[in-house]
Amino acid sequence: MLLDFLDQWFSRHTGSSRDQAKQRLKLILAHDRADLTPAALESMRLEILAVVSRYVELDSEGLQFSLATEEGTTALIANLPIRRVKPLQVSLSQPEGERA
Amino acid sequence: MSRIIVITSGKGGVGKTTITANLGTALAQLGRSVVVVDADFGLRNLDLLLGLENRVVYTALEVIAGECRLEQALVKDKRTSNLALLPAAQTRNKTAVKPEQMRQLVSQLSDNHDYVLIDSPAGIEQGFRNAIAGATEAIIITTPELAAVRDADRVVGLLEAAEVRPTRLIINRLRPDMVSANQMMSVEDVVEVLAIPLVGIVPEDREVIVSTNKGEPLVLSSHPPLAAQALQRIARRLEGETVDFPNVASLGESFWERAKRFLNQRVI
Repeated sequence: MLLDFLDQWFSRHTGSSRDQAKQRLKLILAHDRADLTPAALESMRLEILAVVSRYVELDSEGLQFSLATEEGTTALIANLPIRRVKPLQVSLSQPEGERA
Repeated sequence: MSRIIVITSGKGGVGKTTITANLGTALAQLGRSVVVVDADFGLRNLDLLLGLENRVVYTALEVIAGECRLEQALVKDKRTSNLALLPAAQTRNKTAVKPEQMRQLVSQLSDNHDYVLIDSPAGIEQGFRNAIAGATEAIIITTPELAAVRDADRVVGLLEAAEVRPTRLIINRLRPDMVSANQMMSVEDVVEVLAIPLVGIVPEDREVIVSTNKGEPLVLSSHPPLAAQALQRIARRLEGETVDFPNVASLGESFWERAKRFLNQRVI
């Protein structure tokens, strides 16, 4: 009884094991459902970072890149903190084949 | 029209066979004619849970091989009229049967039964393929644990691809005390991530082990314990009845309820 109480009391501070289970599960299922290999995910991450880095300078410390599942749909969630915007000349050069 | 329902989970040990035995018995108690099919070739157990192991003569394998008639292999349960078991072979393994043969067998059974319940083996390989072959709907069993829910999600996807629908969910072995202490995922948590309709919640119950020891499905008990009541509610839901889901906290037995049941069983 007392142990249960202490357990609950402490779990309020560290995040309960129920919440941990749910968070882990969401992450696992998102990866399972997307059927992406870790290698494919990593290569996608690098490509996206390369594209974004052409326009802005990213804060490499705070980068987050993960799959998540909410209500049956899977989403790619990227959190890319921007340190500063690069000078605009880069974005003016349009890629080949996109001219009207 | 008869219903062919596969009971499956992906992960082993979550209660597929126990639920098949009890759900079959409960549906028969409601007056339906039911056949439960053990699709776990090589590791048959459904006969044990029903207490019918000594009466198995032929199995599904002999029926498929044409060595006996289907009626000869069916073991009728004497305690529950309208309930029969089609045992699996114990000597051979899961590759002894092909999905097409299972499909035929199950469709033959559906001719003269209201319900055909197929107890699937764990896993997602050949045995699972055989079990879902003839099914027109599915019940997925999971427990509120990471590994079980993950495997259940995989099975949901495979059933979708095989066009077995609808699929419904039973959450088994829930421990209300642990959920309220935030030590176990709740029903809502599991339903939210799996995103399939819920058909029942069965609490963890010591009586399940006792009933397995005796070979007597829990729902046959004269004072059905909480898990058995939950299974009877599931049977009624399958019959199309709207049965409210009780408050999860009420699925845990209070001290007095336990004492009362003990007295009912041992003394009176």
